[in-house]
Amino acid sequence: MRDVAVIGVGCTTFGEKWESSFRDLFVEAGALALEDAQLSGEKIDAMYVGNMSAGRFIEQEHIGALIADYAGLSTNHIASTRVEAACASGGLAFRQAVIAVASGMEDIVVAAGVEKMTDVEPGASTDALTGAADREWEGFVGATFPGLYAMIAQDYMHKYHMTREQLAQVAVKNHFNGARNPIAQYQQEITIETVLKSTMVADPLRLFDCSPITDGAAAVIVAPLERAREFTDTPIKVLATAQASDSIALHDRRDISTLDATVAAGQRAFKMAKLSHKDINMVEVHDCFSIAEICAIEDLGFCKKGTAGKFTADGETALGGKIPVNTSGGLKACGHPVGATGIKQVYEIVQQLRGEAGKRQINGAKIGMTHNVGGTGATVAVHILGRV
Amino acid sequence: MVGIITYGVYIPRYRIKVEEIARVWGANGSEISGGLGVFEKSVPDLDEDAATIAVEAARNALLRRKVDPGEIGAVYVGSESHPYAVKPTACTVGEAIGATPNMTAADYEFACKAGTAAIQTCMGLVKSNMITYGLAIGTDVSQGAPSDALEYTAAAGGAAYIIGNDDPIATINHTCSFTTDTPDFWRREGQDYPRHGGRFTGDPGYFKHVKGASNLLLTQMKKTPKDYTYAVFHQPNAKFPQKVAKDLGFVPEQIKPGLVVPHLGNTYSGASPIGLAATLDIARPGDTIFVCSFGSGAGSDAFDIEVTDAILSEKFNRSAAPSVEKLLQNPIYLDYAQYAKHKGKIVMQS
Repeated sequence: MRDVAVIGVGCTTFGEKWESSFRDLFVEAGALALEDAQLSGEKIDAMYVGNMSAGRFIEQEHIGALIADYAGLSTNHIASTRVEAACASGGLAFRQAVIAVASGMEDIVVAAGVEKMTDVEPGASTDALTGAADREWEGFVGATFPGLYAMIAQDYMHKYHMTREQLAQVAVKNHFNGARNPIAQYQQEITIETVLKSTMVADPLRLFDCSPITDGAAAVIVAPLERAREFTDTPIKVLATAQASDSIALHDRRDISTLDATVAAGQRAFKMAKLSHKDINMVEVHDCFSIAEICAIEDLGFCKKGTAGKFTADGETALGGKIPVNTSGGLKACGHPVGATGIKQVYEIVQQLRGEAGKRQINGAKIGMTHNVGGTGATVAVHILGRV
Repeated sequence: MVGIITYGVYIPRYRIKVEEIARVWGANGSEISGGLGVFEKSVPDLDEDAATIAVEAARNALLRRKVDPGEIGAVYVGSESHPYAVKPTACTVGEAIGATPNMTAADYEFACKAGTAAIQTCMGLVKSNMITYGLAIGTDVSQGAPSDALEYTAAAGGAAYIIGNDDPIATINHTCSFTTDTPDFWRREGQDYPRHGGRFTGDPGYFKHVKGASNLLLTQMKKTPKDYTYAVFHQPNAKFPQKVAKDLGFVPEQIKPGLVVPHLGNTYSGASPIGLAATLDIARPGDTIFVCSFGSGAGSDAFDIEVTDAILSEKFNRSAAPSVEKLLQNPIYLDYAQYAKHKGKIVMQS
């Protein structure tokens, strides 16, 4: 297997992008990534695009070809593939691109993610997202994602006695980081009060525990490490790529407040990179709901099971803490265009490793991790990236 | 100079509180009231519709000033709840006030701004000497589907304006519009209730168009918000007009007299015309009024209005018809069941 490096990254701003279509979004992100790698389109061999539900959101399928076409690459007839794993679509698209280069099959490969979610009304987007759960056993009987994650939160708080205030601190910290990220959907800081006084969505989760509906796209370009310096002075090496699956329905899990797929993917990634959690300088985890970040940092090994609430409240996951989590603002504050999120996580870690993260920069960052979840944990992708 | 000769308003006496609607749907009423800045909304009586409201408003306008109905050469009624899909409300109004038959008439529809579009049409006809007086009305018994967000605000009411150049109580110095094809809110033929694009109705709908027309008017008039005594904006809720006023540089005192939505609800085509009427109710000669309507679909009409000495003259008796404040007093509150009956939501066996 060849070593693989990220040679260029690009990302649109995230938000309610009324003036931008699905096509506008991925063309913008792709162009930014190409510009970053100082690469022209004809050098691209293949493309993997993470997208969860364009069929439901904009009534468009056949996304791989569409993107190649609107990126101006259809005349080169490049291989372009859509990857779908619900909210983990982006993470899996990145993994496919890395595998393609590592295997020697392709050289210059784009991994992108895009979602245009605001063209449908909120009820329709909630229902589209419910497709990430088990439709027969969860969706059809009325469970939505806020409901499912609320059950995880209820179980977790019952078992480990985490306080409501500790849970709220996840959103407070992520908004603090989002306020320092120019692409973030929400760039205002909030307080614990903001979270506790916001509208109840599914007990105990309130509005400010939930990631928003977002439009956005992100793209990264990977190449063999040995060729990386043809394109950039700061290649970022992919130290590990790992993926794991679990039961699609939450109620079939061994323990609903532990995401075993996160545990498995995390262990595989650390083994592949020959590293441990102590080597990671910052991590982007999948905080689709505040409780998801609590579970993630435990399941990846950054703190012991049952202690993440206190760990967060003590500031250990903040900028300057033991392990800064979601320096981008996470899904909560940066926004969650589902198919693009996994790629945006890589975008953020690359910016940190290059020292280009501005006011949220982790000084001396050498190694970073991404953690992207599909559904309530039925698919998990974990990547470790490092400076060369 | 073309302007407002007289004006009149009508608001049905019935109200339902936002909390009562929320109670039925298991929602948090005080949270919804707080979010919208709306606490109750007007409800028509069983035999009231957009046409009866238009007639009452027109009659109230004529009470304030003796205009010979025979000299009203045009009647335009703006509404999105005309009782008939085919058969003009404007003819009913014309007949009821004695303006028929030597007049032109038509119904207008432009979501919440059809009333101000009617004012503009009458201005054009008066300025070109095609008519002496024109009657422009915005009226609605607006529809909100049960449990939809619209149900908390969709109200009933209307305002009538007689436009002419014979000693107006307020001159309309200028008007301009900002219009695009924006599908933020719609109702198709045969559908009982409108649908909307949720948050899309905000920035790309209301704010883009209200700011577009407002800034156009300010530029064309070479004025700033400070040059106006009062300002009236379309008020689907209390938050939108307050935010757009602030963004444009108006202060809360300027919009206060015309912000009637908290205890009236959104009267759609009647909304900005009633807001203007509430402002005229307290205006004095020399006061200047900035008005900007909004209709989904989408567009805004902006007006530069200046109150004249005629508002205090013998020709015009402001107190001959009820003020908006008076019309909002002594409401009769309905519970949801009575409201459902009033709004025809209960399907009766024939």
